[in-house]
Amino acid sequence: MNSNLKWKAVFIVIVILICLIGLVGRPDFPPKSWAGIKSNFGQVIKLGLDLQGGTHLILQVQVQEAVSQETDQVLDNITKQFRDKTIRYDELRKLGDTQILIHNIATEMAGAARNIISDQFPDWDISPAPGEPSGYILTMKPSHIADIQQRTMDQAEETIRRRIDALGLTEPLVAPYGQGDNEIIVELPGEGDPNRAKGVIQAGGQLELHLVLDGTPYPSETAARAAHGGVLPPNSQLVQGKATASTAGQPSAESWYVVDRVPVVTGRDLRSATALRSTKNIGFYDVDFVLSTEAGRRFGPFTEQNIGKQLGIVLEHRLQTAPTINGRIEDTGVIEGQFGEQEANDLGLVLRSGALPASIKYLEERTVGPSLGADSIRHGVQASIVSLVVVMIFMVVYYRLSGVNAVVALILNLIILLAALAYFGAVLTLPGIAGVILTIGMGVDSNVLIFERIREELRASKAPVSAVDMGFKRAFLTIIDTHVTTVVSALFLGLFGTGPVRGFAITLVIGLLANLFTSVYVSRVIFDWHLADMPREAELSI
Amino acid sequence: MEFFKQIDLDWMGKAKYFFALSITLLVVGGASLIAHHGPYYGVDFKGGTVVYVRFAGAPPVDKIRAGLAQVGLGESVIQPISDISSSNSNEVMIQLEEKGSGSEALDTGKSEILNALHATLGAGEPGKQDFNAAGASAISDALTRKDSLSLGTGAGDRYVQMGNQIVGFRDKNKGGVLTNLNDLSAVGINATSIAALQSAFYTSDFAIINVEIVGPKVGSELRRQAVVVTLYALAGMLVYIAFRFEWVYGAAAVLAVFHDVLITLGLFSIFHFEISLTVIAALLTLVGYSMNDTIVIFDRIRENTRLMRREPFKDIVNRSINQTLSRTILTSGLTFLTVLVLFVMGGQVLRAFSFALVVGILVGTYSSFGIAAPLVVAWNHWRGTGATAVASGPAAGTKLRKA
Repeated sequence: MNSNLKWKAVFIVIVILICLIGLVGRPDFPPKSWAGIKSNFGQVIKLGLDLQGGTHLILQVQVQEAVSQETDQVLDNITKQFRDKTIRYDELRKLGDTQILIHNIATEMAGAARNIISDQFPDWDISPAPGEPSGYILTMKPSHIADIQQRTMDQAEETIRRRIDALGLTEPLVAPYGQGDNEIIVELPGEGDPNRAKGVIQAGGQLELHLVLDGTPYPSETAARAAHGGVLPPNSQLVQGKATASTAGQPSAESWYVVDRVPVVTGRDLRSATALRSTKNIGFYDVDFVLSTEAGRRFGPFTEQNIGKQLGIVLEHRLQTAPTINGRIEDTGVIEGQFGEQEANDLGLVLRSGALPASIKYLEERTVGPSLGADSIRHGVQASIVSLVVVMIFMVVYYRLSGVNAVVALILNLIILLAALAYFGAVLTLPGIAGVILTIGMGVDSNVLIFERIREELRASKAPVSAVDMGFKRAFLTIIDTHVTTVVSALFLGLFGTGPVRGFAITLVIGLLANLFTSVYVSRVIFDWHLADMPREAELSI
Repeated sequence: MEFFKQIDLDWMGKAKYFFALSITLLVVGGASLIAHHGPYYGVDFKGGTVVYVRFAGAPPVDKIRAGLAQVGLGESVIQPISDISSSNSNEVMIQLEEKGSGSEALDTGKSEILNALHATLGAGEPGKQDFNAAGASAISDALTRKDSLSLGTGAGDRYVQMGNQIVGFRDKNKGGVLTNLNDLSAVGINATSIAALQSAFYTSDFAIINVEIVGPKVGSELRRQAVVVTLYALAGMLVYIAFRFEWVYGAAAVLAVFHDVLITLGLFSIFHFEISLTVIAALLTLVGYSMNDTIVIFDRIRENTRLMRREPFKDIVNRSINQTLSRTILTSGLTFLTVLVLFVMGGQVLRAFSFALVVGILVGTYSSFGIAAPLVVAWNHWRGTGATAVASGPAAGTKLRKA
């Protein structure tokens, strides 16, 4: 026998071994029992959400809010700078999310104003306001807008990931999604009820502690302003109190507080936040927090200076409680709100993970229950086995021994396909299983092409060896052509689709590529091996 | 064994029958599409909320309908699901149209449906989770927290195993709906553990087995993308075939594939199947497959054109089809068998997907010799070169012919 042929056979055996190791040899090598094999296999083949059950969420980060916030801060900053340098103007206000209007600057100060802008705010362009001789419009540079948007996306993704991780779910996925529309995909395998996760993801998480200026809350915004003669005192702001549940017959009461504008401590200064049983409200939970040392150095003197006044604990822009400061507090505090155990735990989790830089909107939600996942696996596997058996029986009956050749090639094709999925960490979905079944049907096409050619050559009275040779040669181009078209359309699908559709495309592409190897190379080697052993005058069993 | 020893049929002569068949299918399909104002879009493309609910017994559809109407969801569609593989599957699909304003939370529809179900069917307890929607990890967590077997730190994997066992029992033996936690004693779960579960979960007569909520923006975006991808794929193949053969072959192949997709869409409308993302995947696959088929015949035509220069083109084409017939019928037959198995046994989730493939393979096969090849012959005839063969495109290895 040809030594070349022997090497080819060895090569094929090596490929088989690599595949088997990939499928059942990891992570425990070597597997010691049938249960070990099953366990290894279960771990390397990753199942999609539609097979193991779970939740898939697409959410969108409202990055415009972050851009708008930046404009607010710049506006504040400019106001302060102009005041320091005594630059007079009529009006300074925000014009949309990315623009600021300065109205009627005194002409002799215009130069100084422009210098301040170009020195201190290089990310903004200044240009004369149309139709106004002494007005200017500041516009945020597009590069800076893009910068803020990207930073907001990254921070949002980070924060969401931290929160999901803290929930302790199995192998969640948090990743950017789609083409540039600020979308994030979250996948929670095994999670049949996503409400808690969704709540945790979406929670704003902004915590601020403000000094309360007026001892009593007001029933409405207008009442609060009226108490101060129509204009709030400088450096103060209004904060709404926590929404109280409405009792029968009465609408929920509003309460408004006048607080210091700048918070003494924010969520960023927290070192930890834990849920503990409440000592004041028996049966409920509180969230105890500890500040960082640096914040503690601010908080200590602050509390000492303001003994007797109230400290407003503002959570997500709503004032939760306003306890009186009784003495100097270094670095601890408590958020009370009659929370249930899970509520308090979730709040602690959200605070520890940091506030979201912008709010989240859900665009898509799919939940596959675990029982449907199990059903799908069962159906998929059954259909695969039946289709494989049907094809195998047909090939053997129609092509006799050569049919066995085709069956061997087909089985090897499937082994390579599954091993490739395992090595690449690709996810198997239900359409992916359909892709496997399609590979079975289309893969055997290649063998049929070759065998029919061989039969044609044999009919034209060629000897078996040359018939096999011509059969493979003539059919090769056609096999390439047919595989290319299906692979091309599957590639488009893989690029455009997500989740299950992508799983289908990947399985089909890998299956067809593996098919090129098995139906041409492996089948040929088997034929050659058989022909080498065959006596001269014998007929080829095809 | 051999089915097709020596075939010699006049395919080009019979082309008119295939055209007639195609036109009939297109007209019937088109009429259905027009009558239903377009294809049935699934929630992927339409947006909206779909909730699949499985019941322990026969679903009380009328009761649910009344309950939903009571909370103002009267326009929702409630459909019992009967499936070929399981005729009494006790499943119901509840579908809510996309409200469209986009300002309310995405899952408002789902919460409303769930609340209506709980109110009508008397389930749900505050503070407890739905047992039928819980995954194995949630169940083992509950058991671990209560340490129902009093194992302390030596618990190890025990609770995880119990969780898997319980979920396995519920999903495989009870179809996903466990109405009473006490039934768990049948798999050896002890009373303390059952009590622990009862304090954390509530049971009901139904299980939500699948939820799909798609916002309005996403739906229309996906529709646009689906069309774009299909057109790109077709264009790509047109270029490939024009490169390997000749433009007229490319055009004929693309027309045949277009025809396949249109007929499939028409049949989808007639049989009331929904178009979802996976169905688009099936359509793209059948585009590739139909091209596949057509290429094999074109390949043979090209080969024979070189060998049989003197013969009329019509005869060359006939001969090519006859020569490849056994291969065509065999492979299409085998692929068709496999997708038929998928259609029958693949479960309800893949039903529309496998229907597209079943129809697509049948139509795609006959479109190769019944539509594409006759189109090429007709073109040659019209160009007046019917007597001799068309110059063939580049064969592999020879230099490129200019387009």
